[in-house]
Amino acid sequence: MALLQAVNVGKTYTAGQVVKPVLQGVDLEVREGEIVALLGRSGGGKSTLLRILAGLIPPDEGEVRFKGQRVEGPMEGMAMVFQSFALFPWLTVLENVALGLEARGLPKAERERRAREAIALVGLEGFENALPKELSGGMRQRVGFARALVVEPEILFMDEPFSALDPLTAEGLREDLLDLWQAGRTSTRGILLVTHNMEEAVALADRALVLQGSPARVGREIPIPLPHPRDPGDARFRSLVEAIYETLTQREEVERRLEEEALRLPQASVEALLGLAEAIARLGGRADLPLLAEEEGLEVDDLFPLLEALELLGFARVEHGDVELTAAGLALGQADLQRQKALFAEHLLRHVPLMARLHRVLLERGRLPEKRVLEWLEARMPPTEARHVLGVLREWGRFAGLLAYEERGRFFHLPEPEETP
Amino acid sequence: MRPLDPLARPNRYDLLAGAVALALLGGFLLASREALGPYTPTPISLDPRHLPEYALRTAFRMGVALLLSTLFTLVYAPLAAKTRLEPFLIAVLDILQSVPILGFLAASVAALSGLFPGKALGFELAAIFAVFTSQAWNMAFSFYQSLKTLPRELEEAARLYRLTPPQRFLRLELPYALPGLVWNAMMSMSGGWFFVVASEAISVGKTEVDLPGVGSYLARALAQGNMEALAYALLAMLLTILLYDQLLFRPLVAWSERFKYEERPGEATARSWVLDLLRRSRATRRLGEWLAEALLERALRFRPPRALGLPPWLGPALLTALGLLGLEAAARLLLSLGPGEWLRAIALGFFTFLRVMGILLLATAVWVPVGILLGLRPRVAVRVQALLQFLAAFPANLLYPFAAYLLLRYRLSMEVFSAFLMALGTQWYILFNVTAGATALPADLLEAARAYRLSGARLWRRLLLPGVFPYLVTGLVTASGGTWNASIVAEVVQWGPHRLEATGLGAYITRATEAGDEGRLLLGIVVMSLMVVTLNRLLWRRLYRWAEERFRF
Repeated sequence: MALLQAVNVGKTYTAGQVVKPVLQGVDLEVREGEIVALLGRSGGGKSTLLRILAGLIPPDEGEVRFKGQRVEGPMEGMAMVFQSFALFPWLTVLENVALGLEARGLPKAERERRAREAIALVGLEGFENALPKELSGGMRQRVGFARALVVEPEILFMDEPFSALDPLTAEGLREDLLDLWQAGRTSTRGILLVTHNMEEAVALADRALVLQGSPARVGREIPIPLPHPRDPGDARFRSLVEAIYETLTQREEVERRLEEEALRLPQASVEALLGLAEAIARLGGRADLPLLAEEEGLEVDDLFPLLEALELLGFARVEHGDVELTAAGLALGQADLQRQKALFAEHLLRHVPLMARLHRVLLERGRLPEKRVLEWLEARMPPTEARHVLGVLREWGRFAGLLAYEERGRFFHLPEPEETP
Repeated sequence: MRPLDPLARPNRYDLLAGAVALALLGGFLLASREALGPYTPTPISLDPRHLPEYALRTAFRMGVALLLSTLFTLVYAPLAAKTRLEPFLIAVLDILQSVPILGFLAASVAALSGLFPGKALGFELAAIFAVFTSQAWNMAFSFYQSLKTLPRELEEAARLYRLTPPQRFLRLELPYALPGLVWNAMMSMSGGWFFVVASEAISVGKTEVDLPGVGSYLARALAQGNMEALAYALLAMLLTILLYDQLLFRPLVAWSERFKYEERPGEATARSWVLDLLRRSRATRRLGEWLAEALLERALRFRPPRALGLPPWLGPALLTALGLLGLEAAARLLLSLGPGEWLRAIALGFFTFLRVMGILLLATAVWVPVGILLGLRPRVAVRVQALLQFLAAFPANLLYPFAAYLLLRYRLSMEVFSAFLMALGTQWYILFNVTAGATALPADLLEAARAYRLSGARLWRRLLLPGVFPYLVTGLVTASGGTWNASIVAEVVQWGPHRLEATGLGAYITRATEAGDEGRLLLGIVVMSLMVVTLNRLLWRRLYRWAEERFRF
């Protein structure tokens, strides 16, 4: 029997009249003795799914079972490590760790004994009476681990636990976690790790699940049968990372995203877009995604929206974990700023119907209140997304010289002649 | 410190809440009519040897009121934040905040003394109640806002680790809310002193009430035109406030720093010698730890009892019945007055409105430059802020007799200068906030301005004034409420046998109080409340939003 099991889980967010399904038909299992990594892009529903599994959010459809029991709220035997640590700043390390024991009504002496043991386990002896603000990020996350382990959880949920730490600290903490896990010094029988870092997934997990689509479901399962300790330089390690990248850049997935993005516009700043085009052009117009991410110091979450934006505008094509610039893309990457603006404007009008439409209205009427655009968008997508799209439209349009924006009156108008490049 | 957003309130339920508040008030006034029992006043001695005792009694009233406000906050805010009564309770709070509380003073004296006929206890309670009304709403709002803005990850951690409700309250909610709560309690003390002074010596209809205290000492000195005694009263008040500040609030503020969720760079940490002393003393530390632990252990063992078997409609039904009774009483009082009286009250309200807005503009013109200059010198600002907080706590109504003397002496127009009296205590809010705003100006912007040689008028127009604008609005909102309230005591002042009156709604309310005319009193309060609420909605709320969106860094 699986330790944790999700069957046909679905979740929909409703804002006003717009209904946005986030998750649909999600099935997954965490079996005894394994670490499962849950991957996906930002805003792809990973965090929502994790919170549903932990009982923090109720699902709209389907059900979650923990040790065969239906999950209807956080249960005994569950613990979580948070991305932002979620330590209570006014409590000492000891008090923070003992929090879950207090809730169980254990006597004080017992609580202290077990909390001290957990603190020792993560290597924080001597810091029992420190306040979290006196600790470094890595030490704070160790407190987070101690707080989770002290309640002797059978399943441990981890919500991007290393992403707020610098790479070296993260590395050290990952290794310590693995040591604890492999030595069997904890009661934990299964770990579910949410991450957007593919190397991290390959380094830790026995299986990686990739969330895909919108609404998201578990698109692919990638077993990671490597023995520990794993070497990131190892060829098999690399090829697994490559495989995850490929899953996320499968052609049908990319095209489906693009269709969506034609209206939803990826969250990409012009600066970063041009920077990326220039970088790929320097690499000869073609690049391997894992290498590119590493070289440019970009996390996957930052990289994908940029790639999608480039592809949407007809500057690049992404496939099988690789990106290739089109002729126009190569020109963009090599041009000077004025020429870049002109190219960008041309492609914006050709490939982004929303921008073309906005520009046409401005040509006819001269000006358009921002509110009208927002209303139009809000009738088609959730309000937060509408605001994002509006922001992207404004930035891209202004950069391309296709429109100008009046901050005080909040309306769009055509740029003055001398403003156009 | 996170500024409280005083204007982001729901408005759907305002009408309902307004009706209920009106109803309660009407019932209250009606009850007070029968409640006037016999009372033998203790003569107040002007001998300064009695002053320490009087000051102590005044301070005691303040302390009891503060305790009551805290208890009220701890009950009301969680109810508002966690039950389905939320919109209703919040709307009630919003209305109560807008109502000029000084207008109720007479009514509350009458009603509470009626509970204990012939004893001073009723009057004591009335004075305490007056102070309570000047603090409780602010504090409850602050706590409510904290409860509604708990950091999401801490809230999730609390749920995941299955904290019990009492544990959650002690470990998460109360600590998170503490800094804001302490700050609000301290800031509303200035209003409290104002009220305690005003409520110790008050005449309701034919009854003269003199509770032993600094306020009644002052009133007596005033009636006799005794300048020396007046000076003593001021001194006693200053000392009392200083002691309160040093012994209670400084330690509390310094202690509550530990509970700040986010530390902002550049914010000076509060210090208190009293707290340092307490921390160094092993006995008090042990006592503190023991108390905290005992409380926690008790809370941990606490298991909530089953819900009482009361039908869910009982509470609302009782409230409705009470409300209808009160509404009927209020309607009877108001309808007997006729439309002419209404128009008169509104016209008078317009005069008071002109005074409030005029003096706020003037105060802005004066204090904004001062505040900016101060704020740009952080080291001076820290010291001056402490002094200013202390000064602001000083009840301005203690100074009114001197003002009356001056007005009489130089034959100045009360119509104009009553406005100055109204803003005497509230102008500081503008200075406070502007100074805080100037201190918070990003250092790199100031450096950039220096690098580009921005100076003089251009520097002010481009950076300094827009930079402090949101803070100015926050200050103005607070000052406006206080100024309206003060108009009730500032439009009529007395010096010995001389009485000066300005044409305005404040004077109207004061006169109705003195005459024991419940109808006109209620009318005056209703009109003033309506004006305050309208002004909040039409002017302050919009200005606040605009400032937040456009000028925040």
